[in-house]
Amino acid sequence: MRYGEIGFDLEVDLSRGSIDRVETDPNDTKLYLGGLGTNAKIMWDRVPAETDAFSPDNLLIFSSGLLCGTAAPGSNRTIVSTISPQTKLMAYSMMGGFFAPELKYAGYDKVVISGKSEELVYLWINNDKVEIRDASHLKGMGATATSEAIRTELKDPDIQVAAIGLAGENRVFYASIEQGRSSASRGGIGAVMGDKGLKAIAVRGTRDINVADPAKYMELCDSVLKYIKFRGENPIKGVPPILQGLGSPQEMAIVDEEWHTTNFTWGNSRTRRKDFWTHEIEQKWKETQENVRTRLISCHNCPMKCGATISVPGLPTYMMKCYSKLTYTMAAFSDLDFGFRIAQKATEYGVDGFSAPQAMAFGLELLEAGILTLEDFPGMPEDNEGRFFYLLDKIVRREGIGDYLADGTYWAARRIGKGAEKFDHNTIKKHEQLPLKLGMLNPVYYLMYSTGEKINITQIEGQFPQEPFATREAREEFVKDWFQVPDEKFKKYYVDWEPRGEMSNPYYPTVEASCEIVDWMEKMHYIDDALGMCAGLSSFPLKPPYHIHNYPEFVTAATGIKMNKDDVWKSATRTRTLMRALNVRRGMRRADDKPPEDHWRKRFPDLEKQLLDQYYKLKGFNDQGIPTKESLHELEMDYVAEEFEQKGIYSNG
Amino acid sequence: MAKVTKIVKSITIDADKCNGCKACEVICSSWHATPRYSSNNPARSRIRIVRLPLRDIYLPVYAGEYTESECTGRDKYIIDGKEYNECDFCRASCPSRNLFKEPDSGLPLKCDMCEETPALDQPKCVEWCHAEALIYVEREEEVEEDEQPKLGDVEIGIGAMIDKFGLQQVLDTVARMAKP
Repeated sequence: MRYGEIGFDLEVDLSRGSIDRVETDPNDTKLYLGGLGTNAKIMWDRVPAETDAFSPDNLLIFSSGLLCGTAAPGSNRTIVSTISPQTKLMAYSMMGGFFAPELKYAGYDKVVISGKSEELVYLWINNDKVEIRDASHLKGMGATATSEAIRTELKDPDIQVAAIGLAGENRVFYASIEQGRSSASRGGIGAVMGDKGLKAIAVRGTRDINVADPAKYMELCDSVLKYIKFRGENPIKGVPPILQGLGSPQEMAIVDEEWHTTNFTWGNSRTRRKDFWTHEIEQKWKETQENVRTRLISCHNCPMKCGATISVPGLPTYMMKCYSKLTYTMAAFSDLDFGFRIAQKATEYGVDGFSAPQAMAFGLELLEAGILTLEDFPGMPEDNEGRFFYLLDKIVRREGIGDYLADGTYWAARRIGKGAEKFDHNTIKKHEQLPLKLGMLNPVYYLMYSTGEKINITQIEGQFPQEPFATREAREEFVKDWFQVPDEKFKKYYVDWEPRGEMSNPYYPTVEASCEIVDWMEKMHYIDDALGMCAGLSSFPLKPPYHIHNYPEFVTAATGIKMNKDDVWKSATRTRTLMRALNVRRGMRRADDKPPEDHWRKRFPDLEKQLLDQYYKLKGFNDQGIPTKESLHELEMDYVAEEFEQKGIYSNG
Repeated sequence: MAKVTKIVKSITIDADKCNGCKACEVICSSWHATPRYSSNNPARSRIRIVRLPLRDIYLPVYAGEYTESECTGRDKYIIDGKEYNECDFCRASCPSRNLFKEPDSGLPLKCDMCEETPALDQPKCVEWCHAEALIYVEREEEVEEDEQPKLGDVEIGIGAMIDKFGLQQVLDTVARMAKP
């Protein structure tokens, strides 16, 4: 018997209509833990380098993590992996909610989808009974509406559904997969689902998940719950409200948006409005938010309440979390009421809340610059809000200019030409980024932006504070109960870090310290993504309940596989390296590892080169960012080195 | 009959505070697993949340008595503009639904307030509900002393057999089995 995990995957080939329950290799659990780790291994083994996102050979993997569905609070993430139509690299967007635990209760760790269905279908997983069902009646339906329709037709309100909307069906390059209060949005994975003719996956499970050392496991869970309570009562002082507690930034609970609205950029990530936040705005936005927010809601087995049910008068109810209430608002230079209204449509259509508003603002910028003309926007209203609604409709239907914008700013700019490329200024590896433009280069962030395989800073950054507190005393106070650090030296890095002067950005933290800090933050994310733990209780917030010191105990007690700190760390290194290898095999090189040109006003090319060199060295990559034969051998991944040799990847650089 | 003071254990359910995380279902099924905490499975939980987010319905319900036949209740309740089925509030393990039954055997489940020796401060579901939707309340009640001797496990078991097969068939079977 397997513990923690189930030990079986569901293999569904939509071309042939076949469904198989396949036992997985327990040795892979030792090496890669599960979740993203084992997804990456499957992608490496089964998706050849030249496979296009929209090829039937591309796989779409819905995975739970190793701890999902166990009693560990917050272990509920679904890790979706595939080749992205937008970046052409491996995408691994994730979502919270209830899907992954339900999948494990049904008796599977993963659903691996291959092939393509000619007709629109949905997958119904009910414990051992799995069916591919006709979805022609759901064609064009919104993602939330689809979930409700499936629950109604299968007559069970406890069914969990992951579905795409019109954007996914029409292969918009930033289409999301929606699941009630959560969505996996980044990288266009919803487009791959649409391309495969798969409208939804519905799952219901009533089986046990076993753990190897029950008493120890519960002791660990209880101590995490206790610490969550402690952190709730002891918010971190000296940081903006949304960074004080655990969970995702508490966008649904908190109304104070001074930090986002004055630090982040408006429009096509252009304009900072340092004086935007006034008492009047605060009152108005508070009223808006409290009027539409019905209830704060949680994901499976998590005491945090990061999401909310939103009921805007006159519109269908939907659920929201985190930052999307502001991305449309700010892209359109509008207000929060508009943000909640358009997010309702965007959620039903199923689009990413970062990429979609930026693509729209980008389109309107091109119009303003004369690169596009009003003829490209037939029938477009004149007000800003109306224009955004208009563009959203065009994009998800791929009509006219919408067909261009549906590929994201990078591809749209190149297809439009006439200098449009310059307006695609906020992408990394062809993928839209947070709307943020800053002054002084931060070496730690430089590395995370440049090298992160997730290509999305909020899923790379974490528990090392974003900036130093003003005084040494405050920093010393902060590190006092900072037991989450993997090594005491990180406390010193932080205490010595000054807002100004010699010991400040960009030369402090030093090159070496910066690489170590990034390594720590990145490792914690990789561990979370393998275990299916929400970053909101682990790698993302300051002083989280899960960390490198208790994770090995969790893994050991759950699975019965004895793992210490070094073993877990090494497993995360392995997955990080395999992710890099997958993308290297698809052509990614050093030249791609860079932040948006204008992310910082002050750049330091020599320092940046040193940072990247040192980071590669620490990671066991060569100067092109390719994992070396030696480091692969040490990680028991000679199979990667062999293929690199065969393909001449080392010799051709 | 003499009066005695009895401690009645109850849980106040503040449904307005529930946010549907199902932690109560997880910890309940985990606590009642054998060995304790060795597995978890909300389908085995003795507390279930009626969770309909789009209608803003979050209703924790505890497993109560087993009943042999379904009732006639098919009415709807509208409370604060939200429509509930009569069934939503019912604790019974009953033939009309899958709720509060072991998923494999179909045997009924019933909340036991996590009773054991030494006693817990409060049931596990209450402890794990950080939303404070579940509030444990102990109150003293004066009741008439129960002079009926308590039924033992064997008697309860035989009672169930009699309900199912009739007294005569059980007697015949016991007599047959008692033969050397």
